Amino acid sequence: MGANLLANYGEAVAMILFGIGFGNLLLQSNLIKKIIGLNIMDTAIYLFLAEKGYIEGRIAPIVIDGVQSTEAYINPIPSGLVLTGIVVSVSVSALMLSITIRLYRRYHTLDLDEISTRLKKEGL
Amino acid sequence: MDFVQNFPAISILLCLFAGIISSGLKSKAAKYVNTALIIVVAVLSACTLFYVLNTGEAFVYVMGKFPAPWGNEIRAGVLEAFMALFFCIIMLLSMFGGRKKLVDEVEESKTFLYYVLTNLLLSSLLALVYTNDLFTAYVFVEINTISACGLIMIRQNGRTIEAAARYMIMSLLGSGLLLMGICMLYDLTGHLLMSNIKEQVTIIASSGEYGIPLLVTIALMSVGLAIKSALFPFHAWLPDAYGYSTVSSAAILSSLVSKGYIFLLIKIIYRVIGFDIFGASEIIDVLFIFGLMGMIFGSLSAIKENDVRRMIAFSSVAQIGYIYMGIGMGTQDGMAASVFHILSHAATKSLLFIAAIGLTDVSAGSRKFIDLTGAAYRNKWAGVAFTVGSLSMVGVPLFSGFISKLLFAQAAVQVNGKMLPALIVLGISTILNAIYFMKTVIRIYTPIETDQYSSITFKNMKLYAVTLVCFIVLNVILGVSSQPIVDLIGQGLAMFS
Repeated sequence: MGANLLANYGEAVAMILFGIGFGNLLLQSNLIKKIIGLNIMDTAIYLFLAEKGYIEGRIAPIVIDGVQSTEAYINPIPSGLVLTGIVVSVSVSALMLSITIRLYRRYHTLDLDEISTRLKKEGL
Repeated sequence: MDFVQNFPAISILLCLFAGIISSGLKSKAAKYVNTALIIVVAVLSACTLFYVLNTGEAFVYVMGKFPAPWGNEIRAGVLEAFMALFFCIIMLLSMFGGRKKLVDEVEESKTFLYYVLTNLLLSSLLALVYTNDLFTAYVFVEINTISACGLIMIRQNGRTIEAAARYMIMSLLGSGLLLMGICMLYDLTGHLLMSNIKEQVTIIASSGEYGIPLLVTIALMSVGLAIKSALFPFHAWLPDAYGYSTVSSAAILSSLVSKGYIFLLIKIIYRVIGFDIFGASEIIDVLFIFGLMGMIFGSLSAIKENDVRRMIAFSSVAQIGYIYMGIGMGTQDGMAASVFHILSHAATKSLLFIAAIGLTDVSAGSRKFIDLTGAAYRNKWAGVAFTVGSLSMVGVPLFSGFISKLLFAQAAVQVNGKMLPALIVLGISTILNAIYFMKTVIRIYTPIETDQYSSITFKNMKLYAVTLVCFIVLNVILGVSSQPIVDLIGQGLAMFS
């Protein structure tokens, strides 16, 4: 158990970061902190993928010196997944930020709970 | 390869392109493009359905030139094609039913964006239904979330923006967990295509190695999709999102968006993890218990509610609970009942939302129960439609809700250990359903002597009334001739594995 953890310390760190991000996104009431939590969570997943996709001593699969052996290269798909994931998380963060701006202009606060209580008072 | 095999890919691409084109069109043109698109996609899905029924087996369509296990694939069987067709019908009717409100509630200059978002939503739903690749499924889950968020927000007031923020936060938590689950599964198996993953998962499970990582993966994906489809403890965003957005959005969100995620979960259960391995894990009991809790607490919240649209929204929580209870039973019959309930709930809940808006409109826009007194006399069509929807939700024979309750009960009887809780909660939930829906029906049919409200006749709401009639017919078809549909679902589920 301990030895495994030491050998896979990158994945362990990714999991801890994922937990931190998840907790922030769930529990913080400040919208900006929530978005930061979202980004930590997503980045932790990319760290996990990158860590899993890299094998020590191998390089990205771009043939330069005519080395064709698969032993020399890493699998490019995890990196591709990371890129796709980054695109998704950028667009989602942008959407969240734009919602935050809307809410701030209306209520002059970033606290989601306070916005909710004010909405209840308004009654609409 | 037959030409029909291109249809699933074509319909997804058509939706994406229609979304792009609509963003440069005027509102009216965008409206026509949207209607035409949904009809075309429905026809294409129907063709695919007949083709698959004729050949009797599912087909795989390779996207691009790389064969499995490297490339990206689309797979269409009976259930996939049927779901695509059904989603199109519900979406078309929901759009028709909410057309008039859309003009009132959304700024004229922004209406075209509504159609852009619906086109994108349809494309993501189709992709979730058809795709054979887990990572593609994740990407389209996010597209689905973003466009659903837009549909909530397009009616601009404080409530909807707050609801959209809450919806996004819960959805992002869900998709974070789903992505983590997919990455871990990729790490375990080395594949992204569902059929390849399943082969590897079977080997891993039979060797007994990596038992805990596999369990964690199943848990992450199930919980992620459960959060996104608003299973009981994660439903806090739902009443505001469904209650205050424009009516088409509410109907589409409740009947299609959450169902898309549930369908993806069912696909993952059958095509990625394997039904037996999923059934043997503890996750299935967790889903079962939360489903049961949702059935009761959703209904209790609905009874307490004093706002008709929020009441219908809380009823959705209870109905999602039914679906997860069926999944949690861990039998083929339970799963078939869940799939039937997806159809029945989609047909009924969108009918209820659209009927409710007709009733509130003739009550000076108020959604309070006290103001709805006698509303069914002021808008007769909406009154009848709301009654039909309520009866179906309660589970009166002749309507679709009865059949799904019957299927759930039949499935529950065959499961040892889960039979008693399932049947008891089914009974309690039916009574609770009856309390709040019948309360509303009696309220709207209580005569009231006042001339402060205006009535509306058929002439002023032709499209709306026709839509309601279509919904009622759909409901009765699902309720009366359920056997062919249940057979179709069984055939489709068998085709999954």
